[in-house]
Amino acid sequence: MNRPHTTEPREQSAAVTFVDGRTLRCRGAWTISDVGPVERALRVMDWPAGGALRFEGSGIQAFDTGGAVVLSRAVMDARRRGCDVTVEGLRSEHVQLMNLVSAHWDAMMAHVAARPKTRARLQSTISDLVSRFLRGVEFIGESAMALLRVCSSPARLRWRSALNSLRLDGVNALPITGLLTFLIGVVIAYQGAEQLRKFGTNIFIVDLVGISLLREIAPLIAAILIAGRSGSSYAAHIGTMKVTEELDALRTFGLSPTELLVLPRMLALVVALPLLTVYADVLGVFGGMLIAANQLNVSFTAFLSRFEEAVALRHFLIGVGKAPCFAVIIALVGCYQGFQIRGGVDDVGRHTTMSVVQSIFLVIIFDALCSIMLNWWNL
Amino acid sequence: MSLAVHTETPIIDVRHVSTRFGPAVVHQDVSLTVMRGEVFAIAGGNGCGKSTLLREIIGLLTPTAGRISLLGADSRALRDTDGGSLHRRFGVMFQHGALFSSMTLAENVAVPLREHTSLSAGIIRDIVALKIALVGLPPDSGAKFPRELSGGMRRRAALARAIVMDPELLFLDEPTAGLDPMIAAAFDDLVLDLKRLLGLTVVMVTHDLDSLWRIADRVAVLGDGHVLGMGTMEQLAASEDPAIRNYFHGPRGRAAQMNHCGGELHRD
Repeated sequence: MNRPHTTEPREQSAAVTFVDGRTLRCRGAWTISDVGPVERALRVMDWPAGGALRFEGSGIQAFDTGGAVVLSRAVMDARRRGCDVTVEGLRSEHVQLMNLVSAHWDAMMAHVAARPKTRARLQSTISDLVSRFLRGVEFIGESAMALLRVCSSPARLRWRSALNSLRLDGVNALPITGLLTFLIGVVIAYQGAEQLRKFGTNIFIVDLVGISLLREIAPLIAAILIAGRSGSSYAAHIGTMKVTEELDALRTFGLSPTELLVLPRMLALVVALPLLTVYADVLGVFGGMLIAANQLNVSFTAFLSRFEEAVALRHFLIGVGKAPCFAVIIALVGCYQGFQIRGGVDDVGRHTTMSVVQSIFLVIIFDALCSIMLNWWNL
Repeated sequence: MSLAVHTETPIIDVRHVSTRFGPAVVHQDVSLTVMRGEVFAIAGGNGCGKSTLLREIIGLLTPTAGRISLLGADSRALRDTDGGSLHRRFGVMFQHGALFSSMTLAENVAVPLREHTSLSAGIIRDIVALKIALVGLPPDSGAKFPRELSGGMRRRAALARAIVMDPELLFLDEPTAGLDPMIAAAFDDLVLDLKRLLGLTVVMVTHDLDSLWRIADRVAVLGDGHVLGMGTMEQLAASEDPAIRNYFHGPRGRAAQMNHCGGELHRD
């Protein structure tokens, strides 16, 4: 069969006009690209209510499924209004296309109607949430079991991969963590300096910078950075392995992906994050010290001797003590999101984002809970 | 099959195309023509540059030398994203479907209609539903996401998206690779049906010998960067060229031929 719209040298644009109130004359190229205006014209037309209606199609020069759908839709709508519709003058190949559309009309209407109902959607959302929660619990349990197995026989741990992770997630994060906490120390000291100078209590800059950084800010900044750097890469890496069926390949060898992929990363972070926090403490306090000397005339020696008496050891220990918990949260959330990826590549991006958002969220929640509890115990 | 249109100018004209990626030579002086209304297959072993040639024809790659004209225009015009209306006149079904994974199947099929036409949402929905029904997908599949579909269904969905604009030319990249024999045969029939109903010219890249026997009007066999032979399957099967003989007369090639000829006899 030849294409109608290539055998026709000169095509008019598609049009439809009422000739005598009972006859619609269709002309021009009724093709997907050109039938748009006709479709709009048909929708706003003054349709007769009932009686005979004739579509006169001999002027249609080109016709494809788009034109056939528009014409069929118009015919169906007119029939619904009670008109007795006839379609005349179509060429035989155009009639074939009309028959094609009418043969599939019921399926098309079923398709349009096939939409999930609100209640069904609500049900599926709820069951989705429940199953996601259960999968989370399952994942935590699985990781705990893997940890127990490794504790009973430490040789099972993939030391190489743990050390590699320590380098990637710990050592390589040093520059950015150091720079950021240094700048945060500078910012805090600047803001504090304004207020303290008013009261002439310059030396308290040490308390301000020391306690806030050691206890809260340095561990949080390090954790948030690691969540963005490492948590996301865990999710993306494990997720990609899942999409490419590498995880299934591991399972067929009788290897546990949790043991192979989750534990080394988690242990590496548990070691790396406290160390990063100490490093962040040092650089943050150094930043504060620079500003104290510069803006408040508190010399380095004065700063350090005040530091010894004002900043109790517990502040440092609380800050560093929170770090391993943050590390567990980040590693578990990142890996969990990786395992949740199903099917497609778009899922990798979505779950990577979710891993970062959720781990930062949980880290801050955990930090807030710590603050409240430590306050109860007057620490 | 209706081959009574050979007097026309070819719908695709590949002339003296050479392709090199660095030192690797993919094509050397490849020429072929595709006529309106035929099912033209590009066959050949793995890595012989079939898919590269297809990508050059549809303008995703530019050959190192030579000219390719597509629907009467130089395929280099397709490099511009708005290469005129040329993009609307052909549809491509990629090997793995290339369905947009963030959209439902119906939204996937509707993309060209939304972008290229001024049709209302209601008519777009109708046309999409028609195309989904034409490729034999059940009505409720339109609301599903690509990841929820099986491989065969995803292939059909990709075909629905490729034909949504009623193209004159349909390109299929390995349409039946990885499908089970029943579904692959059904897919071949579907392509033939659509070709008849919509007046398509089909260009497919395949090494599925069963499909070659079943639906291809003419076949070009690529190998060593050249066109080793071109013609109907009967002509190629009778060829004396050792490379072509190897390709078509391996154990699988003979089985496919037997199936085909047996089927013909059975029908008589």
